[in-house]
Amino acid sequence: MTTNNSENKDFLINQVLLNESEQYSKEVLDKLSYIRRDKVSHPVITISQNSGSLLIVNSNLHEVINNYLTERNIKAKVVVVGSNGLCSLETFVSIQLPGKTKLLYKNVKDDNIIAVLDGHFNNYIVTDQVFGQYRNKMHEPYENTAYIDEIAYFSNQQRIVLNHCGIIDPTSIDEYIAFGGYKAFVRTLKNYTHEDVCNIVDNSKLRGRGGEGFGTGKKWKITLGAQSDQKYLICNAGETDPGAFMERIFIESDPHKLIEGMAIAAYAIGARKAFIYIESEYDLAIQRLEIAIQKTKEYGILGNDIFGSGFSLDIIIKKGAGAFICGEETALIASIEGRRGHPQPKPPYPATKGLYGFPTVLNNVETLANIPTIIEKGAEWFCSVGNDVSKGTKVFSVSGKVEIIGLIEVEMGTKIRDIIFRTAGGIPNNKKFKAIHIGGPSGGMLGEGQLDSLVDYDSIMLTGTSLGSSGLVVLDEDCCIIDTVKYFMNFLQSESCGICIPCREGTQRMFDILDNISKRPKDENDHSSLLRFKGVMQLENLAEVIKDASLCGFGKRAAIPVLTSLKWFRHEYEDHIFERNCSAGVCQELKTFEINIKTCTGCTLCAKKCPTGAIIGTPKNTHFIVQDRCIGCGICFETCVFNAIISK
Amino acid sequence: MPEINSILQKYPPDQPGDLIPILAEIQDQIGFLSTEAIKKVGEHLKIPTSRIYGLATFYNDFRFQPRGKYHFQVCNGTSCHINLNSMIFKELCKVLEIEEGGVTKNGLFSIERTGCMCLCNNGPVMTVNQKAYFNLTIDKVHEIIHFYMQIENQ
Repeated sequence: MTTNNSENKDFLINQVLLNESEQYSKEVLDKLSYIRRDKVSHPVITISQNSGSLLIVNSNLHEVINNYLTERNIKAKVVVVGSNGLCSLETFVSIQLPGKTKLLYKNVKDDNIIAVLDGHFNNYIVTDQVFGQYRNKMHEPYENTAYIDEIAYFSNQQRIVLNHCGIIDPTSIDEYIAFGGYKAFVRTLKNYTHEDVCNIVDNSKLRGRGGEGFGTGKKWKITLGAQSDQKYLICNAGETDPGAFMERIFIESDPHKLIEGMAIAAYAIGARKAFIYIESEYDLAIQRLEIAIQKTKEYGILGNDIFGSGFSLDIIIKKGAGAFICGEETALIASIEGRRGHPQPKPPYPATKGLYGFPTVLNNVETLANIPTIIEKGAEWFCSVGNDVSKGTKVFSVSGKVEIIGLIEVEMGTKIRDIIFRTAGGIPNNKKFKAIHIGGPSGGMLGEGQLDSLVDYDSIMLTGTSLGSSGLVVLDEDCCIIDTVKYFMNFLQSESCGICIPCREGTQRMFDILDNISKRPKDENDHSSLLRFKGVMQLENLAEVIKDASLCGFGKRAAIPVLTSLKWFRHEYEDHIFERNCSAGVCQELKTFEINIKTCTGCTLCAKKCPTGAIIGTPKNTHFIVQDRCIGCGICFETCVFNAIISK
Repeated sequence: MPEINSILQKYPPDQPGDLIPILAEIQDQIGFLSTEAIKKVGEHLKIPTSRIYGLATFYNDFRFQPRGKYHFQVCNGTSCHINLNSMIFKELCKVLEIEEGGVTKNGLFSIERTGCMCLCNNGPVMTVNQKAYFNLTIDKVHEIIHFYMQIENQ
């Protein structure tokens, strides 16, 4: 095996990467298609594996397949690939026989894998599990089987960042190079100066995918122009948003793409050291990044004097320790330096004075993952994707009450409605759509009326939020807006670093007000009724103050969930405050209880348990609940053995 | 504490920048940050222990008491939240009589809430020592706790 590996290495470096001409000879192309597994000499089985699917099957699937193959003496290669983004149908297994197209099976588990394998190797396809086949003109297709690029989930996407996900082996640098990887980096080293790369990226109009949407090329130029003998590049992969999984799944599926993007970016700004700041709980992503970095060093793609260009680069993985605030640039830098993640007032911006006081560029994972394609295909091509305002694509991690949960990459300028109802398959169980929450905890809540807004920086801004993180959560009629906003506020107030008062106190107050709106007042004279009243009067004002007066982006954006939900779902707030009614039935403490006179036997059990004495009645006669005394604790509901208590 | 000493030897003294990786490695090794460990780190890096506590309490990853033998992690991602994971969490706290981050007196169970586990279509989700349980209901939670208690009783 080792000779084969080093043979591949020499071939890929000398004949592919360092090949001056863009045209490869026929032998080279042939060899590449074998490495890419376009052509196979033995059957090849791939298993998709991400951190989620690992939890489901505990990685036994690999073992079961291996045992099956050895028992029946089938010579086949088993490859572990990343996720193709369609998380709700994991685990995917593909089987490719020589001369046939690659067939992808969905929902494969320990208990049905044998049936799938048995069928496939005996010319009988288990149609229930089939997802589709990959289009390949060279091979014979399966009859009556859909092509993957015709399935709505894939046909409505344009994949620039995720194009290799679920197809290549994330631990194999050979496959990445065979798919055209690292070619852009080598071309950059040979043909372009630092300024050239910055200009290309600037011309491509790529904007940061992390939140504010600052021009990536502009940011790089500032750092390139700064006079300093040391510069740094930091990739922000600390995806602490509790509802997003884009960076995690992308890194697990295609780590080399990120490394290539980072290498080009580091060259553009003249940095010799780059850091990847990643969550410590992303075990699998870290493990695959480590392997990828080690492989690139073996191949001479990272290290000293890369391919004789005089450019040296080292990439270091820095594990975060779990703090949402570290998504903010200056807080992230503080965390890498080994301090508490406290943001600093800007300016100076990190681009001129960042890590250890040196000029530092911070880019988001998705931004960097776009770079290799921009260099490969040119700025003009990138400008042709997207709409007038925003160029390129945007990846969302779509979850919540939606048919397909997973990663969706769409062209900028796509309607939000199309993402949810065409690509992601709409709302399951015939429920009614209520809202989407876009951009993580400090993102905005949009309703039915905003579904036709476009996914681009400016259009989203009009709805009162920004693209922010990749999270896109769909809410149906069973979800309560107040409860969801309260959940985000609870998260934000516990994650606020506490350094500036508007954010520290303001998020706490907003949470208290929301909490009181979602509760029945204990009595009308208590402090709680004052807070409820305040809720009506002050929530909006408070949110505006936090937005204006906070030190960093975290605080400035912390009020967005409240402001947008007040803007688009004011009726639901009013319903909670004035009618004390949660139409979705989620806010437990707003529930009222009644006794069904037909089923009540008068056993007195509920009346004995009621802490406020709100239930009256004599033994063996129907009981009643005095609503004014009821605090909605639900104890009567739990104790009744005749199901006579109705909760509304 | 030989484990802590061998970890500290890998890091040069007087470099407080290494504080987070050192603490993370110690926690991986002994399961939590003990008072002795923090004192040792302070001596090694020549910084006051108050600064180490200040840093460790800032980040969510660090804990100052060992986990239970069975560590329950309830997914608190947005998707699990709208699938009503809070009911599951409350029930767990009620049955085990502990709060978030707490450990039962016998040291068997501990509960924690985490970010998204990438299993959104199966919510609410919970893992017990890296074994995942899906589509949880209150009845299922009782069954799961009962299952682990039975293992212990045997």
